Amino acid sequence: MSKYSKFLSVLACGAVVTSLAVGPTEAKVEGDTITLGAPLSFTGKYATAGKHTKNGYDLAIAKINEAGGVKSGGKTYKLAVQYYDDESTSARTAQLVERLVKQDGIQFLLGPYGSGPTAAMAPVVEQLQVPMVEGNGASRSIFNKGYKYTFAVLSTSEQYLAETLTLAAEWAKSNGRDPASLTVALAMENDPFSQDIRAGLLDDAKKYGMKVIIDDKLPPELNDMSATLTKVKALKPDILAVSGHSKGATLVIRQYSEMQVNVPILSMTHCDSADIAKNFGDKAEYALCGAQWDPNMAYKDSLFGSARDYANTFKKTYDYDAPYQSAESSAAVQVYVDAFQRAKSLSAKDVRDALADTKMQTFYGNIDFDETGKNTAKPMVLLQVQGGKYIPVAPSKFAAAKAIIPIPTWDKR
Amino acid sequence: MKVPPRFVPGRGPFPTMIDNFLILFDAPVFAVQLLIDGLLVGALFALVAYGMALVWGVMNIINIAQGEFVIMGGYVALTVANVGIPIVFGLPLAFIVLFFAGWLVFRIVICRVVDQDLFTSILATFGISILLQQLMNQIFTADVRTLESGLGMWFVLDNMVTISQIKVVTFVVALAFGAAIIMFMKTSRLGQSIRATAQNARAARIMGINTDRVYAFTYALNAAICGAAGALVVMTWLVHPFGGLAYTVRSFMIVVIAGLGNFPAVVAAGIGLGALENYAGFMLGTEFQMAFIFGLLVAILVWRNFRLKKQRMVLK
Repeated sequence: MSKYSKFLSVLACGAVVTSLAVGPTEAKVEGDTITLGAPLSFTGKYATAGKHTKNGYDLAIAKINEAGGVKSGGKTYKLAVQYYDDESTSARTAQLVERLVKQDGIQFLLGPYGSGPTAAMAPVVEQLQVPMVEGNGASRSIFNKGYKYTFAVLSTSEQYLAETLTLAAEWAKSNGRDPASLTVALAMENDPFSQDIRAGLLDDAKKYGMKVIIDDKLPPELNDMSATLTKVKALKPDILAVSGHSKGATLVIRQYSEMQVNVPILSMTHCDSADIAKNFGDKAEYALCGAQWDPNMAYKDSLFGSARDYANTFKKTYDYDAPYQSAESSAAVQVYVDAFQRAKSLSAKDVRDALADTKMQTFYGNIDFDETGKNTAKPMVLLQVQGGKYIPVAPSKFAAAKAIIPIPTWDKR
Repeated sequence: MKVPPRFVPGRGPFPTMIDNFLILFDAPVFAVQLLIDGLLVGALFALVAYGMALVWGVMNIINIAQGEFVIMGGYVALTVANVGIPIVFGLPLAFIVLFFAGWLVFRIVICRVVDQDLFTSILATFGISILLQQLMNQIFTADVRTLESGLGMWFVLDNMVTISQIKVVTFVVALAFGAAIIMFMKTSRLGQSIRATAQNARAARIMGINTDRVYAFTYALNAAICGAAGALVVMTWLVHPFGGLAYTVRSFMIVVIAGLGNFPAVVAAGIGLGALENYAGFMLGTEFQMAFIFGLLVAILVWRNFRLKKQRMVLK
C-alpha cells in the first residue's frame, strides 16, 4: 500500500467517524412519508409480547394512512415504520436505536417491548435528542432520571395492583372490620418491574395500616411456588398478591388450587398473557388481575372509535382478542400523530415540545404527560375472572360487575 | 425506604426467619407438607441429574443443553396431547423422540468435540442450548404452557397436607426409570460397553468396542431421559422455551455433590436437595432458595477437600 492510498484511507475513516458523530440533522421525511422506528422483540423471550406490540403499531399506522394520513404544516404525510429485531436483549435494543437514528436517519422512535429494553433505550434517545413514545415500559426507573425525550402512554408499574388494597379495605369496612386488621402476603419476582409493584403495594399497605406478613421475592428461574404457598396456608393472610410475569400467574393458579390454599383475595399481573381463565377454567375463578386497558372502558377517539370498537377492529384484523400490549402500542402511534399535527415543524426538537404538551383522549385512555414523561391521566383497571371471563371490577368508574370477595373456600367451590 | 413491620400477629416483632422456623414447631403439619413436596420434586431432579452424570462420566462432557432437552420433552408431551393421543403416551413418545433428537445432536456437533478439552465441549453444548431455545420459541412461541394430567389430590392429616397425585406418579416413574437404567447398565451388552468406555476409552477400543457408537448411544439415552422428565414437568409445573436453565443448574449441582456414575448417591442428593431447598424457601424466603443450595454446595466441596487432605490421598 502506497503512502498516498494510506493517507486516503485514513481520510475516509475520518470522514465516516465524523459523519457518524454528527449524524443527519433532518428528520427522515422522504417525499410524503414520515418513517417511525422501533427496535422490537421478534425473537427471544419477549417474542410473543413483541408481536402484540408490532400488531398494535401496524394497526394504528394502517388506520391513519387509510384515513388520509397526517396533516402537518399544510402538507399531508403517510406514515411508515422501520423495525429491527432486538432479540429480547436490552443491550441490542440500545445498539439498534443508534442504527435507526444514525444510519437510517429516523428521528421519531416508538418504544420496544418491556421495561428492560425501554430503560436501555431511554438514555440513548436522550443523548441523540430524538423523541420516543412508548407503551410497553412501565418500570419507574425509566421516569426518575429526568429524561426529556421519553414519553409513556401507560400507567407505571407501581400502580399495577394499586386497586387491590383499596378493594380489600372496602370489603373489610362493609363487614365491620378495620382495614388495618388485614394482612397481606406478597410474592413478587426479583426484577425491577415486579419490585416496583411491590413498592406500590407496600405504600398502600402503609396507608391503610395493613400488615405485610409474607414478603417473598420469587427467583427469575422460578418453577415451584410450593414453599411460599405453604407459608400462605400457615399464616392465612387476607390478601395474596403475586407478580412473576406469565410464569408466576400460571404457577400460582396451578399450585394454589392443587394445595387448596384458601385466601380471601388473590391478585396478580399477567393473567391475560398467561390466559389463566382459558387454561385453568374453574380454578382461575375469582382471581383479580391488574390490566392497563380493557375493552369495557368508556374512552373513545375519532380514529378507532370506542375501546370496544378498537377491540373489534383488532379481532377482525389479527384474529385474536386485543391484548392491552397492542392497545397501548396503537395509542403511542396516535400520540405521535397528534404531536405532528401540532408541531411547528417536523424537526425532532419541535415534535418533542409538541409531545410534552399532549392532552388528548384515545380509545386507550386520557393522555397527559407530566415533566418526567409518564402519563398521569390514565388509571389501571382491576379485572376479576368471573364465569371464565375477565370482568372489570375496579376502579368503580369502569366496573362492569361487583368484585366477588372473599373467594369461596375450596371445599365450597 | 422504611422496612415495613413484618411479624406474625401475637408473636411479637421477631425477625421473619425465626418466626417461620417457629411455625414448623407450632404446626409440624407444614413441615410434613414441605418434606413431601421436596421429596417428590427431588426425584425428578435426580432423574435429570442421572442423565448428566452419565454423559459426564462416559464422555467427559458437561451437557449445558440438559435443561433444553427437558423442555423439549415437555413440548413433545404437549403436542401429543394436542393431537388427541391420550396423555399416558406422552412420556414414552417424549422418550423416543428425544432419543432420536439426541442422536442427531451427537452426529452433528457432539462427535466433533468429544475428544476435546472440557472448555470446548461446554462452549459447544452452550451453543446447542441457545439454538434449541430459539427453535422452540419459533415453533411453540414464548407462551408459558401447561398440561392437565387429569389426576387429583390426596388430602391427609385433616386436609392440611395435600399430595398431588401427578407428583407421586413423577416420583414413582423417576425411580422406576432410574432402576431400569441401572439394570440396563449392569446386565446388557451395550450397558457393559458403556461402562467399559467410561473406565478407559482407549482400552475399550482395543477390546473391540465401537466407542463412537457407545458415545452416540449414551448421549441419545441422556436426551431421552431428559425427555421423559420433561413430559412429567409439563404435567406438574410448566414449560416455556427459556425455562431449561433451572434444570441444568440443579442437575449440575446434584452431580457435583453425588459424584459420577453412582446412581444411589445421585438419587439421595437429588431428593435431599429437593427437600432442603423447600425448607430453605419456607424459612429464608424464596429469594434465598437457590443461594442456600449454592452455599451448601460450597460447604460440601470445602468439607470434602478437607477430608481428602486429612486422608493424605492427594497424589504429589
